[in-house]
Amino acid sequence: MTNLVYLVPLFPLIGFLINGIGWRKMPKSAGGAIGSIAILASFIVSLGIFFEVKSTGATTIVHLFDFIQSGKLYIPFSFQVDALSSLFLLIITGIGFLIHVYSTSYMHDDEGMVKYFAFLNLFVFSMLLLVLGANYLIMFIGWEGVGLCSYLLIGFWFKNRDYTNAAKKAFIMNRIGDLGFLVGMLMILFHFGTLTYADFFNNLHNSDVAISNNMYNWIAICLFIGAMGKSAQIPLYTWLPDAMAGPTPVSALIHAATMVTAGIYMIARSSALYNLAPLAQNLVGIIGLATAILAASIAIKQYDIKKVLAYSTVSQLGFMFLALGMGAYTTAVFHVMTHAFFKALLFLGSGSVIHAMGGEQDIRKMGGLNKHMRITGITFLIGCLAIAGIPGFSGFFSKDEILAATYAHSPVMYYLALGAALMTAFYMFRLYFLTFTGSFRGTEEQHHHLHESPAAMTIPLIVLAFFAIVGGYVGLPPVISEHHSLNSFLRSVVSNFGEHELSHATEWMLMGLSSGLVIITIIIAYAVNKKPNFAPNTGLAKTLENKWYVDELYDAVIVNPLQKLSGLLDRFAERMGIDGLVNGVGKIVRWGSDRVRLLQSGQVGFYIFVMVIGMTLLFAISFFWIQ
Amino acid sequence: MILTLLILVPLIAGIFSFIAKDGAKGLALISSLVTLGLAAYISMAANTASLSWTMQWIPRLGAQLSFQADGMSAMLCLLTAIIMPVIFISNWNKEVEKPGAFYGLMLLSQAGITGVFLAYDALLFYFFWELALIPVYFLCSRWGGEKRIPVTFKFFVYTFVGSLMMLSALIYLSLQNTGVSAYSWQNIVRAGASLPAVQQQFLFWLIFIAFAVKMPIFPFHTWQPDTYEQSPTPVTIILSALMVKMGMFGVIRWLMPVLPAGVAFWSNTIIILSVIGIIYASLIAIVQTDLKRLVAYSSIAHMGLMSAAAFAQTNVGLHGLMVQMFNHGINITGMWLIVSMVEQRWGTRDMGKLGGMAITAPKMAIALVIISLANVALPLTNGFIGEFMLFNGLFESASPYHITFMVVAGLGIILGAVYTLNMVQKTAYGNATAMTTGGDITANEYVGLAIVIGLILVLGIYPKPLLDMTAGFANMMIP
Repeated sequence: MTNLVYLVPLFPLIGFLINGIGWRKMPKSAGGAIGSIAILASFIVSLGIFFEVKSTGATTIVHLFDFIQSGKLYIPFSFQVDALSSLFLLIITGIGFLIHVYSTSYMHDDEGMVKYFAFLNLFVFSMLLLVLGANYLIMFIGWEGVGLCSYLLIGFWFKNRDYTNAAKKAFIMNRIGDLGFLVGMLMILFHFGTLTYADFFNNLHNSDVAISNNMYNWIAICLFIGAMGKSAQIPLYTWLPDAMAGPTPVSALIHAATMVTAGIYMIARSSALYNLAPLAQNLVGIIGLATAILAASIAIKQYDIKKVLAYSTVSQLGFMFLALGMGAYTTAVFHVMTHAFFKALLFLGSGSVIHAMGGEQDIRKMGGLNKHMRITGITFLIGCLAIAGIPGFSGFFSKDEILAATYAHSPVMYYLALGAALMTAFYMFRLYFLTFTGSFRGTEEQHHHLHESPAAMTIPLIVLAFFAIVGGYVGLPPVISEHHSLNSFLRSVVSNFGEHELSHATEWMLMGLSSGLVIITIIIAYAVNKKPNFAPNTGLAKTLENKWYVDELYDAVIVNPLQKLSGLLDRFAERMGIDGLVNGVGKIVRWGSDRVRLLQSGQVGFYIFVMVIGMTLLFAISFFWIQ
Repeated sequence: MILTLLILVPLIAGIFSFIAKDGAKGLALISSLVTLGLAAYISMAANTASLSWTMQWIPRLGAQLSFQADGMSAMLCLLTAIIMPVIFISNWNKEVEKPGAFYGLMLLSQAGITGVFLAYDALLFYFFWELALIPVYFLCSRWGGEKRIPVTFKFFVYTFVGSLMMLSALIYLSLQNTGVSAYSWQNIVRAGASLPAVQQQFLFWLIFIAFAVKMPIFPFHTWQPDTYEQSPTPVTIILSALMVKMGMFGVIRWLMPVLPAGVAFWSNTIIILSVIGIIYASLIAIVQTDLKRLVAYSSIAHMGLMSAAAFAQTNVGLHGLMVQMFNHGINITGMWLIVSMVEQRWGTRDMGKLGGMAITAPKMAIALVIISLANVALPLTNGFIGEFMLFNGLFESASPYHITFMVVAGLGIILGAVYTLNMVQKTAYGNATAMTTGGDITANEYVGLAIVIGLILVLGIYPKPLLDMTAGFANMMIP
């Protein structure tokens, strides 16, 4: 089965080609069907691969062709099938398929539906390349490929200037990270002569130059810069909230469940490197924690349903990086998985709400939707319970593992992370109560229009809700079960660093503390939002509503000065400086040529004649000179 | 003999074209397709060295008619032979004044460019160098835009000053030799390499400036945006896709092996200038509103990276340079084809007035997006392979500042995304306000763009043919 792995990206590629070539002539339903079936086919193959890997535990390299060969630079186009990549295959194709099905209904009224499915299939193809590549360059191909699809889909409704601005911003911020990735790759090539994972990790201890220059930290930091861009961490996170301009299923698939977790995949894949780079690892943890706190604080005061979820995603990604920074790579992957379930669920739920509200995204105009859309309401509540970390739901297990790893590392960081987790519970239930409970605050017309979404949208919600509940049981905490199936599955590929064994008493205490505080927070959220008050924010609340003014800061410090500098260079250095100098010389020459302008008859033939004479003279002169 | 045919076919067709008048464009197309066949044959030949051909020319000067093809020249001849029919096909429906002279000059220029790539004699090289340039002066000044006269004049001054300096250096080098082959490449190399270092350092600039102007390297570049802007598009394509390669080619063939001590002495300086040029040109590209000027500055930035990697003098960098020279030629041709279609249909190149191409002309918009992605070197487009190898070469250079060079040059990929996506946003996206009339691409334009985009994707996914073609040359130059 594993040698058929090329089929997994091949199906979405075929889907992309069919939909991409026929996007103007094909009927919409055909586009949706082809797109969805392609992903379903990939999912089935992925399942087979996953179970084979699970039973054999083997790592297989599938060589397709030689991509770049130049001297000692050799980069094959090959795939690596192992525990980590096969798990990601399942997440990508499984959730991808549900979101494709959901989209067949959600996008049905859009004239660009076939094009949409073409882009979505291209995205899945690129994402699969990213996780399947057996070396960093193939990962990079997928890495930039998903960035392109993200760009195309954020700007899907390209007539709107704001949307295309958001698309551009996403691409450029990702490019900043990509430069880090590129430099990291070149450092690896320079010191280790390979980009292939196996060769690189096996030779980590064999490069004297690298060891003496502390290259591990530098390489790890450069790769992490790439991860900052793709996975929206401080300081490169501001593109993700803007990316909500894209269709909501896109936000669910790309900007929550899969693409933005690429950075976590990359660092988990490189765990052998990060274990040797304590400085970089600490940086990862600190940036992750800071992002988790900052984004959670912003989410508290957002009014756009998708913006709340977007900042929530940034914050949850921060948690994952926190786990990576603690050396708990498998925990981070665990949270990638549970987060993929509940965040995809929440985004699709918000899409269902937006659909029912006729495009309205402002939660101040919602309320009481539970009565009108039962399935959406209940599944959304399950998503909220999972992300808040209520015991028994998937998010509880993965978040508890992150918090426990953090506590073992540093109690101070633990309390900060716990604070972010409590903010998560607060803003999610604020969102839930404002949207689904109380009385409706929108217009009469919207009220009439309220309805539950069709089955193509609710079935994916139900499936995801199921996994948002049970998805956590693959990683039971040690106090409950000695056997952590996800950890033992991933152990062959990912090596956790410095695992601290907490005593059972401590662990019970931590679990009890966080669960109790989460429940109290939810009660507070209920009390605060029972009678919602939307008076204009002041003070800290206003700062939060305005996202700590980070976008404004970037504009003032980077974007505008760069634009000004470019303008000044163009006007002064280029046109007046260099060109002025040249033109000055030119004027002198022209003054001279005015004397001989009689020769300029304007006849092309005459010019050529003169050219030939000139060449002949030249020959003659050098000829006599030689004599 | 087949090498001389590659030059003779466009030369003779060009001369006949002056008489042919209305039949000129057909003649030009046939000639360009014949040369494409010849070039394809040469680039597939197992042993290109066996194709060399030498004949007495001016024995008393020591100049010979000597042609030889290696991996680099075969690749560049193939590029030339691909670009010319693309130009002719894409312009098939366009009326030009005096077609006989127009196509005749285009073909003469092609003959000159091909000759530059094949000449193995310094004087012959110089002869073709001028043969390639002079038709372009006439094309610009006769068929160009409103400001064509002063602009062509500036172009002329720039390039002629450079050419004359190069000629004087080549004459000086040939005087170190005696006999009937004083100008032959081997003898020039022997003469140059045995000169004392100080002389080499001086001669370096005499030769380099001619090439630096052509490429162009900051700060020798200001003729370029003006000239690109004012030239008719077919000429702009010749200038930017082919003639800039003459400069790069000159550095590799007639500078690096000839004056090794000079190159070693100045290489850091040139890399610094090139890297400055990348950032400088990229920043200026950001504020351009005219499509042609934007593409012009983008090209300067790309050439900066190529020249930096060339002077880094690593095997992988040189090999990447070979790949990138070809791919840059393809991509920028695609860029100009789109720009010219936009100008022809909507009467302006001002991005402030454009927008909504994706509604009015979706096929053109898709082509624009793909070519733009190749321009920002997205993986799986041809732009990526070369750029990755160039960065790798820059990183591996022996210079103590190699990491700084690479990282600063790398900022260009961020700035490149900024101006390229700006351009896509302003032309392809948005509402169709000015771009309401004018249809999508016509059949002949479709063919031209299909060739470009086909090469972008094929060479981006499977670059092996191009890498194999030039590997031998790169390994010979820098083992």
